[in-house]
Amino acid sequence: MLRLFSMRLLQAILVMIAVTAIAFIMFRFVGDPVSAMVREGATQAEKDALRLALGLDKPLLVQFLDFVGKVLTGDFGTSFRYQQPVASLLMSRLPATLELVVVATVMALAIGIPLGVLCALKPNSFLSRLTQATTLVGVSMPTFVTGLLLILVFAVNLRWLPSSGRGDLVDLGLWQTGFLTVSGLKSLILPSITLALFQLTLIMRLVRSEMIDVLSSDYIRFAFARGLPRAYIYGRLALRNALMPVVTVTGLQIGQLVAFAIVTETVFQWPGMGLLFTNAVGYPDVPVLAAYLLFVGFLFVMINMIVDILYTLIDPRLRTR
Amino acid sequence: MKTLLAGLAVLAPLSTPALAETFRWAASGDVITYDPNAQVDSFTQSVQHMVFDPLVRRNKELKLEPALATSWEIVEPTRWRFKLRQGVKFHEGQPFNADDVVATIQRQIDPGARNRENLSAVTGVEKVDDYTVDLILRGPYPLLLNDLAAIYIMSKPWMVEHDALKPGNTATGVVTYANNHANGTGPFKLKSYEPDSRSVFEVNKEWWDTPQHNLTEVEFRPIASDATRVAALLSGEVDMIAPVPLQDVDRIAATEGLKVVQDPSLRTIMLALNFKKELHAAPGVPNPMLNVKVRQALWHAIDLNTIQKRLMRGKSRVAGMLVAPAVTGHDDAIDVPLEYDVDKAKALLAEAGYPDGFKTGLACSNDRYIADEQICLAISSMWAKIGVQVDLSVESKTTYFPRMDNGELDVYMLGWASLPAMDGYSVLQALLATNDGTYGGSNPNGLSDPRIDALTRSASVELDETKRVDMLKEAFRITHDEALFIPLHQQPVAWAMSNKVDIPQFPDEYVRPWFAQVKK
Repeated sequence: MLRLFSMRLLQAILVMIAVTAIAFIMFRFVGDPVSAMVREGATQAEKDALRLALGLDKPLLVQFLDFVGKVLTGDFGTSFRYQQPVASLLMSRLPATLELVVVATVMALAIGIPLGVLCALKPNSFLSRLTQATTLVGVSMPTFVTGLLLILVFAVNLRWLPSSGRGDLVDLGLWQTGFLTVSGLKSLILPSITLALFQLTLIMRLVRSEMIDVLSSDYIRFAFARGLPRAYIYGRLALRNALMPVVTVTGLQIGQLVAFAIVTETVFQWPGMGLLFTNAVGYPDVPVLAAYLLFVGFLFVMINMIVDILYTLIDPRLRTR
Repeated sequence: MKTLLAGLAVLAPLSTPALAETFRWAASGDVITYDPNAQVDSFTQSVQHMVFDPLVRRNKELKLEPALATSWEIVEPTRWRFKLRQGVKFHEGQPFNADDVVATIQRQIDPGARNRENLSAVTGVEKVDDYTVDLILRGPYPLLLNDLAAIYIMSKPWMVEHDALKPGNTATGVVTYANNHANGTGPFKLKSYEPDSRSVFEVNKEWWDTPQHNLTEVEFRPIASDATRVAALLSGEVDMIAPVPLQDVDRIAATEGLKVVQDPSLRTIMLALNFKKELHAAPGVPNPMLNVKVRQALWHAIDLNTIQKRLMRGKSRVAGMLVAPAVTGHDDAIDVPLEYDVDKAKALLAEAGYPDGFKTGLACSNDRYIADEQICLAISSMWAKIGVQVDLSVESKTTYFPRMDNGELDVYMLGWASLPAMDGYSVLQALLATNDGTYGGSNPNGLSDPRIDALTRSASVELDETKRVDMLKEAFRITHDEALFIPLHQQPVAWAMSNKVDIPQFPDEYVRPWFAQVKK
């Protein structure tokens, strides 16, 4: 067991090194921050001095090793654009992204599961067909189109909800939350719907197919034969079993949501890590880009590692190797 | 929770007094920092101006006028004496005096200041008495006042208290308290700053100047996505957006209750040429652009009026020289483009020995200037008519500008606003003078004319304004005669706002809410 764990850890470390290396090679092509950072009319000497101060004159490999060395001591450098240590910058943006992701996930589960059950129980009803068709449209539409449509309807035409921003925040010390103010909650609605849509569709379809599977199994038929109440059979016996894969997928999807909140955050000017990343690409703010990619890479590696280990614990057959 | 809500309900009427005039505006980018010495970005500088006053500032006509300095004199060519305004207070109550100016100037010229080159002529500062300071210059320098208009005065006791006497610097990773707090003497106080979300300012009731606005509060919000920024205006969440995406101008102007204000800005869009031995697009062959007739032919072949009408929707100003009318050194006599004449262009090419044209690169950004990509496409097809084959490359500014700086491009698009000095010297110094480390910082392609170099050097020390302006004009005349650059136009700056808002627009693109009136 220990050997297995250390193998997984080693793999994770290798993946992280690869992610960092790829990120660094990419920055060669993202551009040169010097031209964005100097003033109009800067002399060649000014540009050279800045390049020197940023360490951009060194060979890429040296820059890479410098960066890795600093990261190992917990130092991600200073953002070129925001003039703050990158680590604290990422931490200050984390609450916004996590709140968005949590609300989107809850929304996707709260709507996706009942809809999936409905589509499984009454596959031929008008409502089921409509649900399936609409979610298919919803999921095939690009995120920014969904976002802009929602803004057009609910912010511009109806004026019910704000089109951008996070509203008023309450500072809880380490965490700034929008959950405690009316404008904060209102601001959450449109971006979380936008972000939830894909996940909602996924969950709905998964619940539907699992439900159909389970409902055709023997123990459900026996339960019917015994004359147990329908609500008990569907709710307790069928749905509980159908939900097992949903839990796994939802867990894996959280990593996706954090990483792909980028588009939603940009459309809604949601001040989370995704917006930080988009702005960093345009600048180009190399320390932020590198730290963000490391963070997302770390998130995925961790989630996958935990899932793998859990699987091995659950299923002894995977341990025999 | 209940008590919290009850508390909020009681507080709510107090936080919005009946007479509050809030001006809410959104722009595409955010303030990078509130530390005046840690930035070089003109948008950041424009927002900081709400909080800080310089010694001299720009008035409604963008002319220089006294601000925290009431008068000045040149004691010696290298020593300027400034009399300071009395009775001025900083937002946190500290009285303003010579010590603040000395500390600010020292902070500005500190080797660790990111924008120290904005005041490169100054080597030292001396306090004469509580309301008089002397600036010591490297040599005679005519643009000191222009430079000072962009230098914001900070409070010395405040900097001492918060350990911010030394400037913050992104390049070296120095971050100070002044990064997200600001204590100036300006018309508005910075109440809160949330990066990428908003900055809130309240009016400074003790401002030394008579307010020309009726505001009590200003809220600034960065909204990066064009469509979302327009939506925020349409939904009434903000009173003004700057800039308006050009494709939305007509739609907003047609919306009831909204108006669009647009005028040409200072930013001149031009094509720069390659003056090296060979073009990148045609290695091994002598560079045709070294011949003035070829350069003139390229200019004659561009239909500037069509670009103005079609691509810029009639909102740009066709230019014949490299600086806009508001910039010192502008001359109507020079500001005349070579007329659009395909036959003449062909004849010039033939005279130069290229009757069948030649091959050149043409490079543009696609996310920096208004309609930049479309303009380049149009020019490449216009040049095709005279036989010049264009190897077109269009890319994002993040990779485009580094390539430009490295001199990897043949013909390329460039915009120049001459800010913050608003003086033609900026163009001479950076674009036209030979690149030698000090001059020609944005002249990577071998352009070198000894007459322009001489004029640039003498203009940099000439204190007689008439003589100096003549030198600028002479240099621009040579540039025009030799067709060293092909100027295209001044691109427009477009703002959209509610009819309730009245705010003047400036060609330097600064939003100056201290001139804003908001109707109820």
